Amino acid sequence: MSTELIIAIIKANIALAVLLTNTILLIWFERKLVAGMQSRVGPDRAGPFGLLQTVADAVKLLLKEQILPLKADRAMYLLAPIIALVPSFLIFMVIPLGPDFEINWSDQIYTIQLVGADLNVGVLYFLAVSSIAVYSVVLAGWSSGSKYPLLGGVRASAQMISYEAAMGLALVPIILYSGSLSLVDIVNSQAGNLSSNIPILNSIVSFIPKWNIFPQFVAFGIFFIAAVAEVNRAPFDLVEAEQELVGGFHTEYSGFRFAMFFLAEYINMFNMCAITATFFLGGWLGPTFQNILPPIFSLIMPIIWLGLKTFALLFIFVWIRATLPRLRYDQLMELGWKRLIPMSLVWLILSSIVLGVREFGLPWS
Amino acid sequence: MFEVILFLIPSSLIIIGALIVIFAKNPVHNAMGLVMTLVSIAIIYITLNATFVAMVQMLVYAGAVMTLFLFVIMMIGVDKKEQSKESIKGQTFLVSGVFLILISTLVYVAISSEFRWDLWFDAVEFTVEGTPQLIAGTLFTSWIFPFEIISILLIVATAAAIALAYDTQRKKEDA
Repeated sequence: MSTELIIAIIKANIALAVLLTNTILLIWFERKLVAGMQSRVGPDRAGPFGLLQTVADAVKLLLKEQILPLKADRAMYLLAPIIALVPSFLIFMVIPLGPDFEINWSDQIYTIQLVGADLNVGVLYFLAVSSIAVYSVVLAGWSSGSKYPLLGGVRASAQMISYEAAMGLALVPIILYSGSLSLVDIVNSQAGNLSSNIPILNSIVSFIPKWNIFPQFVAFGIFFIAAVAEVNRAPFDLVEAEQELVGGFHTEYSGFRFAMFFLAEYINMFNMCAITATFFLGGWLGPTFQNILPPIFSLIMPIIWLGLKTFALLFIFVWIRATLPRLRYDQLMELGWKRLIPMSLVWLILSSIVLGVREFGLPWS
Repeated sequence: MFEVILFLIPSSLIIIGALIVIFAKNPVHNAMGLVMTLVSIAIIYITLNATFVAMVQMLVYAGAVMTLFLFVIMMIGVDKKEQSKESIKGQTFLVSGVFLILISTLVYVAISSEFRWDLWFDAVEFTVEGTPQLIAGTLFTSWIFPFEIISILLIVATAAAIALAYDTQRKKEDA
């Protein structure tokens, strides 16, 4: 066994552990937050501050009976929860968690990248894998052999295709700005502070970090809206609209298979926020206080920064869920096709013109 | 050894997926078989260092085209019995004829080479990577004219589809 293989296996296991613990934390975070916004207490019985409530729920779901509906298409019904989980774990593998570091082990120095895999097509990989996730919803809806899940599945396929286009188009200006499709390079390109040719503007702007969100605020808005729609969260949760479709695509699922859908939804939410932080908020970049703090602390500082940024975005996700009412289906489609996609196209052209002028000068000069 | 495993698993999945496409009775199962084939082909591309092609394969075929297939299948409904009638005259005869020719060619090649197949190629160090930069460099310099023509063709097709759909809608409203 080569060392590379061992490192890869360790990385995969760490990713699994991080994502699962994180989901427990995230569900508690959301329930507490929504409860606070609605003047309730929220979970507070299991464990300190109710932190272990999710563990208790998971154990309950594990022990429950798993029902196979009579009219269900057996193979597809069993396959759908698996297809839901796999892409959510795969996306996490391309998110850079921190800078490279070296370890000295048995007289050899290994450089370890704090990312599952640094792909030279990382952005495309993210889009491709997240488009695979549609199948789980569509198949779950269809294979249940019941009308409400089917409606949820049809809605999901239309919704996810429309918002994927806007999402991909919003990422193109980012790729142009950083000049790379690799997520590691995109983070590195956001290091430093903004600068300007005009001296007065430069003195104001030089305090602001060179994150993509500042020059690309429109792309950030489009991407964030599309991200909320892509993970089927409120106000875009028509896929599982309780008032109309009972539970949507997972109505007929019970026990651990339902838990798998639930887990996939929260991992996707976390991934989407971490990806947004990577593209627009500088990823793991931030002050590491190298001389003030002990070295081990400054080593994990980048991970803490990424975590803080991700949870700030997750707070907005939950905030939106607690405040905004659900969109109607035609409004959802209109927002996707008639607003977001044209807006992202116009923004793409504008940013390419700006970049072109910056690179080659004005055409008449 | 590692490469052989990485080749054998996706390639057997490609064949299994293709067989599902042909033999499964349910249209949704056929579509999922095709998805399996397309994703496995993408994995083969990755092992060949053509990462960009692999991602486009996943994004366009597995992600977009097949989702639309499933969408259409679900919209039309799959409860109806599958039509087993031949839609092209002499379909069975033609297909089995082509298949026979293929098999006999394979058998002929196998016999004429006296079963001495050299399937184990030497390991080759890749120097060219299928990076987006490489493909974009070729596409936007030597192949810019065909590229633009294809884009015009696609826009014409999209505009035509919209025009056709809009026209029928208006007629319905008039009636």
